[in-house]
Amino acid sequence: MGIVHGDQMILNIGPQHPSTHGVLRLEVKTDGEIVSEVKPYLGYLHRCFEKHCENVTYEQVVPYTDRCDYLAAMNSNFGYVVAMEELMEIKVPERVDYIRVIMGELNRVASHLLALGVYGLDVGAFTPFLYMLRDRERILDMFEYTCGARLLYNYMWVGGVSHDLPKDFVQICLDFLDYFEPQISEYNELLTYNKIFIERTADVGVLPADVAVSFGVTGPNLRGSGVKWDVRKDEPYSIYDRFDFDVPTGTGEFGTVGDCFDRYWVRMLEVKESVKILRQALKDIPDGDVHQAIPKKIRPPKGSVYRRTESPRGDLGYYIVSDGTPVATRLKMRSPAFTALSVLDEISRGWMISDVIAILGSLDIVLGEIDR
Amino acid sequence: MTVDLLIDWLNTIGDFPVLAFILAVVISGIPLFLVMALNAMVAVYVERKVSAFMMDRIGPMGQGPGLHAGKWGLLQTVADAVKLLVKEDTVPESSDKVLFKMAPFIIFIGAFMGLAAVPFSQTLQVVDFNVGVFYIIAVGSIGVIGIVMAGWASNNKWSLYGAMRSAAQIISYEIPAGLSIIIPIMMAGTMNLQELIHFQSGSVWGILPNWIIFNNPFSFIAFFIFFISAIAETNRTPFDIPEAESELVAGWMTEYSGFRWAIFFLSEYANMLIVSGLAVAGFLGGWQSPIPGLFDSGAWGLFWFMGKVASLIFIMMWFRWTFPRLRVDQLMHVCWKVFIPIAMLNIFGVGIWKLIFG
Repeated sequence: MGIVHGDQMILNIGPQHPSTHGVLRLEVKTDGEIVSEVKPYLGYLHRCFEKHCENVTYEQVVPYTDRCDYLAAMNSNFGYVVAMEELMEIKVPERVDYIRVIMGELNRVASHLLALGVYGLDVGAFTPFLYMLRDRERILDMFEYTCGARLLYNYMWVGGVSHDLPKDFVQICLDFLDYFEPQISEYNELLTYNKIFIERTADVGVLPADVAVSFGVTGPNLRGSGVKWDVRKDEPYSIYDRFDFDVPTGTGEFGTVGDCFDRYWVRMLEVKESVKILRQALKDIPDGDVHQAIPKKIRPPKGSVYRRTESPRGDLGYYIVSDGTPVATRLKMRSPAFTALSVLDEISRGWMISDVIAILGSLDIVLGEIDR
Repeated sequence: MTVDLLIDWLNTIGDFPVLAFILAVVISGIPLFLVMALNAMVAVYVERKVSAFMMDRIGPMGQGPGLHAGKWGLLQTVADAVKLLVKEDTVPESSDKVLFKMAPFIIFIGAFMGLAAVPFSQTLQVVDFNVGVFYIIAVGSIGVIGIVMAGWASNNKWSLYGAMRSAAQIISYEIPAGLSIIIPIMMAGTMNLQELIHFQSGSVWGILPNWIIFNNPFSFIAFFIFFISAIAETNRTPFDIPEAESELVAGWMTEYSGFRWAIFFLSEYANMLIVSGLAVAGFLGGWQSPIPGLFDSGAWGLFWFMGKVASLIFIMMWFRWTFPRLRVDQLMHVCWKVFIPIAMLNIFGVGIWKLIFG
């Protein structure tokens, strides 16, 4: 590609554009259709998350974490409360752990469904997107039934969760899983194995494993490159060491390992693994009081903690420094989508404009988390 | 035919040939415009409902007579049209204003002229050319001038990209479409659409209608090449790269709003009607009944023709809501390296077939 070289043209994709997944601006240098450089500009959604956290009490941080990764707010909560509990050395009741895993995995399914559907939209297929949103809707209904919110839950608190599960939640969730599992093959028939979809994604935007590691890319993007790294397996937190699940990695089924299709396909396989975890958790969930371990006053001892968890987008870390007061001295969030976006320029050089959109979609970024 | 009949009739009234000609053209042009508008309205409504049912939705339910919130959203497209008519007509400050305003008309003219030769039934055809097929293909490519004009005049990078993609795509896909439509011409030995349809009357082996698509294996393949190329020429998914929503915002239409945009829309649906009409006339027996001898008379011709056209348009919609979009180079690959060689072999094959069995 690109034998004739004309003048370069600078093209601004965004901040208002149908497929930048939020308010992102890409400054793209193009030669005709071929892209020679992609420069992302961030900060359109900057809300001073970390500075806010230095001015509110530890309990009040939880709603702010919701707004970071708004597509997987449960997992954002999860990371924060796990870090806080490690700092304060709180042992939460078994039931709370199980509820958190169930909520976290349900939200992972919801988040991946959106990512997969929107990816279809990015390459031009409209219908799979609506099928996936239809099923995501049922997960959001379950969240609403549990805690009253559909997007930003403020559900997991330090030492517990805000509401116990409703009595019939386990049955509702099992019914959903029975309905949902056959749907996955429908998505595959409609989108994954479509010839045009494979043509558009296979061999496109290949992210080699060493590049992925050196850029700090994590989560499904890293696993798509064939690196078997999952915080749930390798550094288990909460009760993830009790469950039996696989860590799917990219195999280059239709192209090279680490192409857009692999990143897409790893997400699809992860949805299946999440369903597996959910079934085990729903079977074993014990009784108990979910509010029992919530401290009356959150005043962690002097010190600091760094805890990472596996959010749907990857390695979500919280670094919390405490000086013994009810307000954090410093709170830093390590955002997986940020590192994923940083690799965009590296892997989209030499591809076409259409491919840049496909590559950006396959990285599954959430701007709320990147800009914080 | 309509124009000729009108001129003859007007000539019987008095001796004013120039005026008679103008009157005849205007009188037959107005219904043609109505057909175009009606076609767009119905097609938009159907497209919305079809896409809704394919996506597990219900589609527009708001406007329309009946219950307080309308019944099946029947007036949705009317509401849309009214909205587009009263919308502000924005012309970008830095655009080339003359070209910007001219472009919709050129695209519209292309579609309008094409519609004049579509044989809706035995008698319902505005002009019955002896080179009908050639004419439709020729005026069909006028639209691309308008598209390039719109893209350039908008002074917008998205528009420019869309226009360039569109020009490359339409010009490329005209070749396989043209090479495929040669096959019915070879079979029937005429470019006149009515004669082409008359050639397809009767039946093969008493079961299948004697349509060109069933005539021999080469014409069977040719139909599919023609139909797919026709979809590409009308810029519909999976070949909608000129207006690729997720990449180019709205392609060459990005800067257009209100009624200028509506004219693009009108032309797009008219083009769908024209290419489907040409496919039906060339390969699917035109206004002939699918069961030879059954309901073959007069008014049924219109029914069969529109029925066949509607089925083809439905298939286009089906494609649109099922497939992802191709990339520019893949699109060109399909055209130049797959369709054109097959289409050429087809012509060769039909020639030999005609020599042996014809």
